[in-house]
This record gives sequence, structure tokens and C-alpha cells, in this order.
Amino acid sequence: MLTNAADWGRRNLPVIVSTLTFLLGWELLCRGFGIRPFLLPSPSAIWTAVVPVWPNIAMHTVTTLRTVLLGLAASIAISLPLAMLIASSRTMSAAIYPLLVLTQSVPKVALAPILLVALGANEFSRVIITFLVAFFPLVVSSVAGLLAAPPELIELGRSCRATRVQELLRIRLPYALPFVFGGLRVAAALCVVGAVVAEFVGADSGLGYLIQTSMAFFRTPVAFGAVVILAIMGIALFQLVEVIERLLVPWSSNLDSNSNDNN
Amino acid sequence: MISLARVGKTFKTRRGGHVQALDDVTISIRPGEFVAIVGASGCGKSTLLRMVAGLVLPDIGHLTLDGKLVTGATKGTAMVFQSPTLLPWMNVERNVAFPLSLSGGDGPEARERARVLLHSAGLAGFEHRMPRELSGGMQQRVAICRGLVQQPRILLMDEPFGALDALTREEMSLSLLALWQANPMAVLFVTHSISEAVLLADRVVVMSPRPGRVAEIVEVNLPRPRSFDQEASAEFHRCSKLIRDRIYGGAAHAH
Repeated sequence: MLTNAADWGRRNLPVIVSTLTFLLGWELLCRGFGIRPFLLPSPSAIWTAVVPVWPNIAMHTVTTLRTVLLGLAASIAISLPLAMLIASSRTMSAAIYPLLVLTQSVPKVALAPILLVALGANEFSRVIITFLVAFFPLVVSSVAGLLAAPPELIELGRSCRATRVQELLRIRLPYALPFVFGGLRVAAALCVVGAVVAEFVGADSGLGYLIQTSMAFFRTPVAFGAVVILAIMGIALFQLVEVIERLLVPWSSNLDSNSNDNN
Repeated sequence: MISLARVGKTFKTRRGGHVQALDDVTISIRPGEFVAIVGASGCGKSTLLRMVAGLVLPDIGHLTLDGKLVTGATKGTAMVFQSPTLLPWMNVERNVAFPLSLSGGDGPEARERARVLLHSAGLAGFEHRMPRELSGGMQQRVAICRGLVQQPRILLMDEPFGALDALTREEMSLSLLALWQANPMAVLFVTHSISEAVLLADRVVVMSPRPGRVAEIVEVNLPRPRSFDQEASAEFHRCSKLIRDRIYGGAAHAH
């Protein structure tokens, strides 16, 4: 255990040092130039502003986290079957891909207020907006993964008279998992963006809502606190996806090379 | 057992042109026979192999297995490819049993059959290793076991040792002969190596490219069991020279 902790410390020492240096520089900048807190609060000012109202902030955090997780769940639930459909045939791909690209060329930030009017200012529409922001990279990387199985293996399946469903579930899908997780990491980060966009437009709680209402009263330190929590949320989700990947896809070459770097 | 009678195959290219991969190919393979196919790149060796597997169907001519026309992937054939293409998420034993699991025969009996095969291929003790923990030669042994587990009547091998280093290659050739002797089946073995073909096969089919045609069928009259000592024999040289002349001699004549 002790060597593990020491290992962890040595591995993460660079990022710890760089983060502390960044915070210290920020603090010194604010104090040295006497920048007023409503323009750019120092880390200590953010801390003193956030700590007294933490139950309130925790409530907003839970609201946002729920939207993020529901959006991520929706992205997975819709992207994977969609990717299978696209990968299943050239015709399907030709029919569906252009529509997907269309949804991506529409700026979701512009779409958010329209959707909120159409669907109502509720959790459902916020989840839909989160989903729209996040799902595309997941579909694209899943399709790439489903098509990445070596052709020999597909032939092996065919020569064993595997059905198309068997080919998809027993060969293509496991092969695609490392790709799926690659897309999932991007989607997890985008879900945080999507949830905040939705909360900017129509919400009565959540960190996005908190940022907007705080800035309306020039309570900049609280808004910055919310931003920091959003960043932590994004990092935590990213890490969570990586942990799950390690458990489910231990053969992934991606993780393999990471662990080699660490040794 | 398997017979190809005046078989031809033409593929369409992406630009709308046509490539004649095989033309007027007539070969028959007897049960238990070891047949090697040698030829330059683009002579349709792989197409021929895939045709026997039922993955590619001929445009003209007849391909029959035990007198019955082949119209799709058939039971009784198994493929081994140039790269091992094992499933990285399964251990060695489950990789070998994988073809059986596709047809629902993934019981303890299948596992036992896989274990016996791995043992005979010199992989005892590696059953529960993951593919990436094995060397290239060992992975290819696993791939051969995965072919054998289907108890094929004909094993189709597409340059199975092409990606291995020379020493591993020689070792694998002898292992393959031992496995072939222990399992009653025919082998159709595609290779670029003339000496490999002569060492292994009862008959060597020499193919000429564009379009793929049978240039010559060479009978190898070397006694079995084969060994590398036979490479010094007159018969080995006769066969090698005949094959080499046919490959570089240019003009192909039909049989």
C-alpha cells in the first residue's frame, strides 16, 4: 500500500506542482495588481465566497450532475444501436450518416432556446440538449470500432456459418469496445457542456443557473466556484470512464501503452 | 473428395473494370492428401482457397464436395490465415473453442477437445493465457488448433507461416506435419516458399498469374515422415527445379 501511495505521488508530482504553481500565480496576480474580485477573484476569494453557501452549491451540483448522467445514459442508449445500424450495411450508412452530420452542423447553443420552448423548461428538454451536444463523437467512434474487426476474423465467422447477429455481437462488438470507450470519454466531457448550456437557457437550479444568477448580481467569486466544480465534474467523469474501461476492456492496447509509460 | 472442374472467377474492380482471378482451373483433392499451392502474387491462390471454403463462388465451372455442388460455407472446411487473428478478449482455450461456440457446441466437451489439441500442439500449460502474452509462433499454433477443433475434412491454410521468422517457420512446418498425421484430414496450403511446399506436400500445384491458371501439378515422391534432411535429396531438387522453372518460365499451359 505504502509503495502504491509513493508510486501515485511520484507519478502525479508534475501535475500537482503545476496546479499549485498556477493557483499561486493567480493569487499573486490578483493581490499584486489589486484586481477587484468582481472582475477576477483570487482563489482565496473564491474559497471564502463558496464555503458559507456550500449546501446551496451542493444542491445545484446534484441537479447538474443528474442532467449530465441522464444525458450520458441517453447518449449511450441511442448511439450504440445507431452505430450498429450504420455499421450493418452500406445502405444504412448512406441513409443515416448525412442526417447525423446535419444535426452536428446545427449549433446546439442556438437550438437550445428553441427546444426549450417546444419541449418546455423541464428536465426532459435539458437531457435532450445534453444528449444532442454529446452523442455524435460516440456514434462516430463506435462505427469506426465496429468496422475495425480484422477481415480474416469476419471470414472465420462466415466459414463457421455464423449468423449476422453472431458476427455483430460475438466478433464486431467486443472489437469495438476500446473505440466505444474512446468516444465515451469525449462524450462525458461534452455532457457537462451540454447540461450547462441547457441550464443557461431554461432552469431554476443547477450550476449553469447559479453562474447566471450570480453574475446578474456581480457575485463573481461564486460563479467562479461553480466553474471550478464543473471542471472537477468533467475530470471525475473522464476518470470514471477510464476506470470502467480498465475493468471491462483489459486487453485494450490504448491502456496497455499507458501502463507501459508508467513503468 | 473436393473437385474443381474448369472453374473461373472474375471480380469487378471499383473503377468498373474486370479482373480475372481464376481461369479454367481443374484440381481434385483426395481425402487425407496434403496439397500445396505455389505461385507469384496475384495468381489467384487466395481466391482458390476461399472458393473451396465456400466464401467465394465460381462464375463458371463446378466446385463439388463429395459430389455435391458447393453453394456456401460448408461444414468440413476450416481456415487458417497468415495472421493468427485471435480474439484478444478470450484466453487461448476459449479462442480454440470459439468456432464450436458459434454453432452452440460450447460445452465442457468442446473445452476438452481444445485442451487435447493445445497439448498436441505443444501448448500445454498455456490454456489460460491471453493471446497477447504469446509469441507470434505460439499464436499461430493456437490459430491452427482453432482450425483443427472443427474436425475439418480439409484444412485451408493461407500462407500461415508467412509472418513468422525463418527458424520459427521450420519448426512450425514439422509441427504441422505431426498434427496432420494425427488428424485425418486433407490440407490445402498456400505459400510463397518453394522449399516449404516441397517439404510439406504430396502434390504441389504451381499457378501462373493474370489470369490465375494451373501451370503444373508436381508430385513429390519423398517418403514420410518428412524431415529437413530430405532437402539434400535428388527428388527434392527435381521438384524444386520443376516448380521454379514453371514459375519463372512464363508461358503457362493448360492441363
